[in-house]
Amino acid sequence: MEQMLIILLSAILVNNFVLVQFLGICSFLGVSKTMDSSLGMSYAVIFVMVLCTAVTYPIQVYLLEPLGIGYLQTIVFILVIAALVQLVEIAMKKYMQPLYKALGVYLPLITTNCAVLGVAILNIDESYTFTQSLVNSLGAGLGYMLAMVLFSGVRGRIEHNDYPAAFKGIPILLITASIFSLSFMGFSGVITGIFGK
Amino acid sequence: MSFIIPVGLVMAVGIVSGGMLTIAAKYMSVKMDETAANILDALPGANCGACGYAGCEDYANALAKDEEHVIKTNLCTPGGSAVALEISNILGVDFEGASSKFAIMKCSGTRERTKYNMDYQGPPTCKANKLFFRGRGVCEKSCTGFGDCVAVCNYDAIKIINGIAAFNKDNCVGCGLCAKACPNQLIDIVPETTSVVVGCSSIDTGKVTRQNCAIGCIACKICEKNCPADAIHVFDNHAVIDYTKCTNCALCAQKCPRKVIHIIAKGYILSEDATAATAETLITEKTQEDAPAQ
Repeated sequence: MEQMLIILLSAILVNNFVLVQFLGICSFLGVSKTMDSSLGMSYAVIFVMVLCTAVTYPIQVYLLEPLGIGYLQTIVFILVIAALVQLVEIAMKKYMQPLYKALGVYLPLITTNCAVLGVAILNIDESYTFTQSLVNSLGAGLGYMLAMVLFSGVRGRIEHNDYPAAFKGIPILLITASIFSLSFMGFSGVITGIFGK
Repeated sequence: MSFIIPVGLVMAVGIVSGGMLTIAAKYMSVKMDETAANILDALPGANCGACGYAGCEDYANALAKDEEHVIKTNLCTPGGSAVALEISNILGVDFEGASSKFAIMKCSGTRERTKYNMDYQGPPTCKANKLFFRGRGVCEKSCTGFGDCVAVCNYDAIKIINGIAAFNKDNCVGCGLCAKACPNQLIDIVPETTSVVVGCSSIDTGKVTRQNCAIGCIACKICEKNCPADAIHVFDNHAVIDYTKCTNCALCAQKCPRKVIHIIAKGYILSEDATAATAETLITEKTQEDAPAQ
């Protein structure tokens, strides 16, 4: 149990996917314009991350490794994730209209999101068990949501400020994101401190 | 022959995924209402919300579901008559005709005519400025000139010229987004036939307005007395035209001692003989050529 908590917390704070591992920056900068859209995107990311881990983990363990072709990991995962997200979108449209309306716009964006692929591959690299992988994916998704929500809040504040024209748009966002990232670096060592490991 | 397994595997995964997607797309596809799809095609797709629905798709769906044809087909102001006719044809209802509309500006306070009472350094939006001691104009109901209306306009119809929002009627489709964005409610959406506009919304008394602004309405009621159609009245210290009664005789504009009632020439194109006031406040693009083709 403690092991799970450690994995979850370190995925959210210490190894935050967006701010520490710099994965999924594209959607982080693109969709964080308003709180609503960043929340919608985050829900979709959490959902897809867990789902993709549940599918890619067995593929790695029962298909790629026994055949000795672990090096095909990346390409097979991309293929599977892309197909899976599409499938989920179609199924959702048919059977879960409200959920589709909430996540629908963001699902296609995730198809090629590197954070999703990243979590699938990192789970294998860290040689987690299946349950641990799922927990790690959930943590990664929650970490993504944390970063998105914090950033969209700050973004709403800086948008209407009177900063030099040269920084308008993306430059000021990148500077803000880098300061964010610096502050998250402060979490390194927190987990070892709490759990004494 | 060691490549067979990896190549075969990737191919197999690809074929399985592709097959699954094809089957899913076939058996789980959701049929979009054909009528709604046709109506959506006919609509301009600006998602401005002028019809009262949340975007074009919403309006199309509402129209398609409405079997008794209660919802009007001419609610789309950006589309005008052409779109209304098309929708009426799709639904098989009588075409009622649509009057296109456009936005007018109810302030004429350019920089020469009125002043700012502060050197405002805060967030450069009208809404923010309005919160700060009622805005930077000496007249509370003057255009603050930060261009909240310009920011929401999808049709490039507004520009801030000389500290005041100026409208280009050729580009304006009357969607009303700017009217919602203006914290001073200075923008009105009026019928296409309108040709007289009161260029002031001042709520101050005549004496104060005279001090604040070189053109502002002083509520002298001369227009009210001269109007043959009983269409213009003074409310809240400024003249307001009732466009359901106005006959466009423009008598009020001629009699106005402050020249704050402007005449809009038919077609709204700037010409040399237009009054200076009309030219400056209501019309922006002198050259129609460089207006973007729609």
